[in-house]
Amino acid sequence: MSTTIATGLCKRIIACLDIAGGRTVKGVNFQNLRDAGDPVELSLLYEKFGADEIMYLDITATTENRKTTLDLVAGVAGRLSIPLTVGGGVSSIDDVEALLTAGADKVSVNTAAVRRPELISEIATAFGSQCCVVAIDARARTQSDFTGDSASPYQVLIKGGREALDLDALLWGRECVDRGAGEIMLTSWDRDGSRAGFDIEMTRAFSSLPVPVIASGGAAGAACFVEVFRDAGADAALAASIFHYSICTVDEIKQALNREGVPVRLC
Amino acid sequence: MRTDTEYAPAVDIIDATGGNTGSVYRALERLGVTYNKVNKGNQPDGSRPIILPGVGSFGTVMSRLRQGDLDSRLVSLVKSGVPFLGICVGLQALFEESEESPGIAGLGLLPGKVRRFTEGKVPQIGWNRVESTRPELQGSYPDGYVYFVNSYFAEPEKAYEKEIVLYRGQYHRSFCAGVLKDNITAFQFHPEKSGRFGMSLLAAWLDQFVLEAAS
Repeated sequence: MSTTIATGLCKRIIACLDIAGGRTVKGVNFQNLRDAGDPVELSLLYEKFGADEIMYLDITATTENRKTTLDLVAGVAGRLSIPLTVGGGVSSIDDVEALLTAGADKVSVNTAAVRRPELISEIATAFGSQCCVVAIDARARTQSDFTGDSASPYQVLIKGGREALDLDALLWGRECVDRGAGEIMLTSWDRDGSRAGFDIEMTRAFSSLPVPVIASGGAAGAACFVEVFRDAGADAALAASIFHYSICTVDEIKQALNREGVPVRLC
Repeated sequence: MRTDTEYAPAVDIIDATGGNTGSVYRALERLGVTYNKVNKGNQPDGSRPIILPGVGSFGTVMSRLRQGDLDSRLVSLVKSGVPFLGICVGLQALFEESEESPGIAGLGLLPGKVRRFTEGKVPQIGWNRVESTRPELQGSYPDGYVYFVNSYFAEPEKAYEKEIVLYRGQYHRSFCAGVLKDNITAFQFHPEKSGRFGMSLLAAWLDQFVLEAAS
């Protein structure tokens, strides 16, 4: 086994927990949700296995559930000693402030930012770009009637993938950065939950953005992480179900990355 | 047996930088350390070590410290030997000035300037390896991986570099990632977000300056 220690910024592995009603769930394209365990315990387990960051995605974010999520964030933040990002239904500066106060280090916005892009600038101005992650759900365009300006073959989806927009995903990514996004989390809707590997082409198209790009959707085994870092230039990669169902551990992925010369944090 | 000292705050945290400093409070709680929040209305009196966490710009942090002359109080306490721990912009504030906020003076407790990264994605966000430049301190402050969020880094004056720098990191160039000079310790990264290794650095500082003082 290689003992070389690569220098420079490490590629990050982010363990994502989809949260509904205070529990962890994950389904293919958010259908057929199955209970995957207690989020606090899972987060601490992932930290122990070498996860570089934890992401909570509140997939049933509603006003009633908001309190449950805030309590959960406060509960895990008190015990976790790696960064925590929380997203899902964040639509105002007040939402962001509540999450940061509860203990999130970063907040991710998605649909609300597409509807009102000023939200990104507001968050960056009030709390700094470092805590403003913009999540972009995208897929290869299928409609021939796409009439928007085009910089890439990808279009933006909102409302958890239910609505496809006449908006080019890369142009939107650039606008997010111009408005102060600190990181872009790019989810391939064609791959999400599929375990078919990350969308290398799409991730590569975004890798020239001047902020870190987190690849998401399709994580399978260690090999696809090597691919997305080495060939697609991602700065971080996110996965959920492969960790929840113990298909592989963060540590196994990092060992494989280290063998391939990709800089990672070894615990 | 419990003693009164277990209930008294062990450190003062400067609560005037306007950033999200909750993670530092929570890290101290996990380490079993009580703290006292200080600001312009409740100034530190020098009876406890002082922590300056920093999130935000150099200029914002300095202008908030300037309110109520918290900055000059800090300078005189640190000069008199009160232990000090700076985190992130809390490290940068120790120096004379920053490219981030031209014309705004830092605390000037350490000689040097704060400069912006000119290569790679800025800010640097994520985990990077820091290596100790002080072999005699490796027992407390060994090499390891830590979490950074920074666009700027301190550049101590060349003549003082050896006696000031504790850690160096690599981000398209070598940069100062930590300093240690007498009673002053500071990290450019976030030890409170750096997993078990980061917690061990906080514990090392507490061991040296806080628990020792209490015993």
